[in-house]
Amino acid sequence: MNEYPGEFVKTYDTPKISSIEILFYTFCGLIFLFLILPIFIVFPISISSSKYLEFPPRGLSLQWYRNFFGAKEWVSATLTSIQIATMTSLLASLLGIPTALALTRGKFKGTQFIYSFLLSPMILPVIVIALAVYLHFARLHLVGNVYALMLAHTVLAVPIVLITVSSSLQGFDQNLEHAAMNLGANRIKTFFKVTFPLIKPGVISGALFAFITSFDEIVIAIFLSGSQAITLPRRMWDSIHEEIDPTIAAVSSLLIFTSILLLLSVAILRRRGERIRGELENRS
Amino acid sequence: MFIISFMDPTFTLRNYIRIYQRPVYIMVILNTFRLSVIVTFFALILGYPIAYLLSHTRKGVAQILMIFLVLPFWTSILVRMYAWMVILGRNGIINSLLLKLGVISTPIDLLFNTFSVIVGMVHFLLPFMVFPLYSVMNGIDKSLVMAAYNLGATPFKAFLKIFFPLSLAGVGAGLLITFILAVGFFITPALLGGRRDVVISMLIENQIHVQFNWAFASSLAFVLLIFTLIIFNISSRFLGIDRIWGGKL
Repeated sequence: MNEYPGEFVKTYDTPKISSIEILFYTFCGLIFLFLILPIFIVFPISISSSKYLEFPPRGLSLQWYRNFFGAKEWVSATLTSIQIATMTSLLASLLGIPTALALTRGKFKGTQFIYSFLLSPMILPVIVIALAVYLHFARLHLVGNVYALMLAHTVLAVPIVLITVSSSLQGFDQNLEHAAMNLGANRIKTFFKVTFPLIKPGVISGALFAFITSFDEIVIAIFLSGSQAITLPRRMWDSIHEEIDPTIAAVSSLLIFTSILLLLSVAILRRRGERIRGELENRS
Repeated sequence: MFIISFMDPTFTLRNYIRIYQRPVYIMVILNTFRLSVIVTFFALILGYPIAYLLSHTRKGVAQILMIFLVLPFWTSILVRMYAWMVILGRNGIINSLLLKLGVISTPIDLLFNTFSVIVGMVHFLLPFMVFPLYSVMNGIDKSLVMAAYNLGATPFKAFLKIFFPLSLAGVGAGLLITFILAVGFFITPALLGGRRDVVISMLIENQIHVQFNWAFASSLAFVLLIFTLIIFNISSRFLGIDRIWGGKL
């Protein structure tokens, strides 16, 4: 409790309390280890030379990465996933940005209800959504169709875009928009010249999160992939069931690396967003 | 989906009656419920101290510690479950470590049982518990706790009487979102569970891909959906839905 000014702490800073503090920090440290260790454990396995799971690995080799990039089914699954995730991210942004705009700027009844309704895919069990879209697309003979998967993933990705974009829409001074319109810009021009540049960091983070949501999605892929549209998570799912060889550790390491890159870019975007906002405030 | 659950091929309640008649399905539903309660409980026990720490350190430190939560959060669930398979397996890290240290002489079964499902699910759901807790704790006025100190309360009493009651809104939101997600969980029990750790979502998948019984799968999914919505409605009355997303409109 060191953050309290000294005069409050000193009287109570008895040995008994600091031992509780030590216990508390150790406990927290262990939880952080619990959270992060599994993420980094796959990396040493992915560069192991042995076919069997061994820890620590006996020798080093890149054969599992070669396995991944050399196998047609892994590469094509990765490309399918990238394709679906890109389309999902675009579609979710196209749907999410105008909706966020309407819900934050619009003054009509029921915005809160519509917002909650649109976010509901986040709390509904994914398996229920997966089953519903499966039954629907199976009748249309669209199981194994890339666009069907894209549509289903968009259902999950729109809420994420909605949250990031509406929070950045709320974050800036609406008078800037009013000023633009006072100076003769119409609404569309105002959006593209004033609003969009300001919310751009939020829009890009939303699109990135939408991308990764689709890229990592597995439950819907189990139902909709069929035999034609095998995504990377679907390929991993099959592989975990069949043989556990370190190829999947190599894939996992690559995926973790992707997540780290994504989070770094979102962090940079956020900083940039804060800077733009700060500059505007200084100017006014 | 809702319509299909009643049609087989004509209107019938047979699929719903079947859920109640066969004890195995009731068992699975109860098992899902029990598992979710355990997992939610552990997520709270582990999540509360973490959120407390995050809200009581300097901003820079909290941002660094946040990485520990956000990185797993945005890492594929398959990667995380694979990692746990590697850690807990018969030739896994824990077993080889214990064997080397001479604590055990034969590998112990840590994987493909309820224990591994709980570990995997808690690992996945912990960030969902911490985020709402942290956002509520961050909003608590720390001078209230200081006032309690000034009035002679011990740190423990100040925490219990002032901080904890104020953080309850976050506890509620965290419990709700964790529990709802746990009830619908599919990947973790399917990968890390044993034969006895069947949950509703696994039954649904099985009905589609193995039994080809769309109607029965639909009625199971509908039960799961109603269950989720009921929990959500009851709790959001006390909580206010916006707390869960950590943002408001």
